Amino acid sequence: MQLRPTLALAGLLVLALSSCAANGGMENAAQPQTQINISAATSLHEPFEQLAQEFREQHPEILLSDISYDGSSTLATQILAGAPTDVFASADEPNMDAVQEAGLATTASIFATNTLVIAVPHGNPGNINELADLAKATTVLCAPEVPCGSAAKKLLDLAGVQVEAASLEQNVGTVLVKVATGEADAGLVYRTEIANEPTVESIIPPDAHKVVNSYPISVVDNASDDEQEVAKREAAEVFVDYVLSEHGQQVMSEYGFGSPSTSAQLKTEQK
Amino acid sequence: MTAQVDVGTRAPSLVLLPAVLAVALLVLPLMALLTQASWSTLWADVTSPQALQALGLSLRTGLLATVLCTLLGVPLALLIARSSPHVAQVLRALVAVPLVLPPMVGGVALLLLFGRTSGIGQLLEQLWGFTLPFSTAAVVMAQMFVALPFLVLTVEGTLRTSGAAYEQTAATLGAGRWMVLTRISLPLAAPGLLAGMILCFARALGEFGATALFAGNAPGRTQTMPLAIYTAFNGAGAGRESAVALSLLLLAAAVLVLVCLRAWRPGALK
Repeated sequence: MQLRPTLALAGLLVLALSSCAANGGMENAAQPQTQINISAATSLHEPFEQLAQEFREQHPEILLSDISYDGSSTLATQILAGAPTDVFASADEPNMDAVQEAGLATTASIFATNTLVIAVPHGNPGNINELADLAKATTVLCAPEVPCGSAAKKLLDLAGVQVEAASLEQNVGTVLVKVATGEADAGLVYRTEIANEPTVESIIPPDAHKVVNSYPISVVDNASDDEQEVAKREAAEVFVDYVLSEHGQQVMSEYGFGSPSTSAQLKTEQK
Repeated sequence: MTAQVDVGTRAPSLVLLPAVLAVALLVLPLMALLTQASWSTLWADVTSPQALQALGLSLRTGLLATVLCTLLGVPLALLIARSSPHVAQVLRALVAVPLVLPPMVGGVALLLLFGRTSGIGQLLEQLWGFTLPFSTAAVVMAQMFVALPFLVLTVEGTLRTSGAAYEQTAATLGAGRWMVLTRISLPLAAPGLLAGMILCFARALGEFGATALFAGNAPGRTQTMPLAIYTAFNGAGAGRESAVALSLLLLAAAVLVLVCLRAWRPGALK
């Protein structure tokens, strides 16, 4: 086999360059759409997919990329590190605060709330009835570092229950999976998570309403005067307003999210 | 390599630019880890009880996994090295699967096989009241799943290439199979075996995906260094600094492993 490394390399380079060029050409040829990127907490997946689909139909002038879902702290870290994000929807306020402190989020509005429930596998094999039962069962929780974990800790502290978790998961999704597959007897998850999960049952602890997670949403913006940046900012505001609109709020409540109480609807102007 | 001999041994200059880019890609991120670390809190982060607990667990499980991999892997390597080419090829391919598989997939597979609702899992629970997921044993199994191929393939390579002539000579002089193995094959393969064990240990130490899914993340029981790093990184504020500090600790461990490997390499090549 006679390899011609020089030729092969040159060929690869040409290929790579031409594909870049083709890509650029396509973007230029398309209608002048403004593209925006949204980063949202994992727990927002279902309502946001519906909202995004409707938004795309109503606003053809805005090109909404696929929403990137992850833990709020991971998303905040990515945004602080310069990820091209135009809207950030967080599952808690500390992570939004971090983005605001860096001067990247101008206005944050609470658009939804969530509370915790005890999730148990179908048939409740661990015979769980209240928070106190979690102490003697195989229980999985979110790690206290992430929003669902800090909420779980608050709720357990309120009930005066000490739980040695079998595992401290990185997000609410893996807690639910470990309960749904029967690996754990119980887990604390957001009540919105169990709505579409037929393999788990849920128990609402009496103090659940005292530990409320607030979801803030904000335009992410580096305050540039560049024409393209301004257009992105305006398009991002259109999306944020859509989520905050009456219809947006209705979709959130259809998926089990609580409404932001009027007193909690704080709009903080930075600078 | 052979085609270029008559033209000279130096690489053509066209490769220089991509090669430099490749080095930059590998080295610059690690440099960033060094420059971005908050050196004032580094020592406190690295010696915090959580960090030491995670490091201790990582070392214990990593060493145990390496010992178990050696006990199971060396016989397998020997079998592959002494099989007919066809059988060896099939076995080698089987061993290589976990090597190219994302460890997450390994974690899901382990959970399906040994989980509480699986047949094996239920048997374990009925017989000994023991459940594997969320236990330290699960950490060791996850590490073995991803690290065993490194050991087997390294040792097999050494066994195949070293000392067939000596073995044949010994056999014609009347040495039995067992004697040939313990007196000739294994001593000759010792450098390769050590290299394999070091690689295996390094891989076990860095294991994340399979552990996260199969063993979970409980401090002191299943939270190894990579999981501690990920958990710290997920925390807001100061968490990220300790994630960087713990990453540096693992980087230092990796460099140490390479230095050890380097020290034994010349022997392995002879």
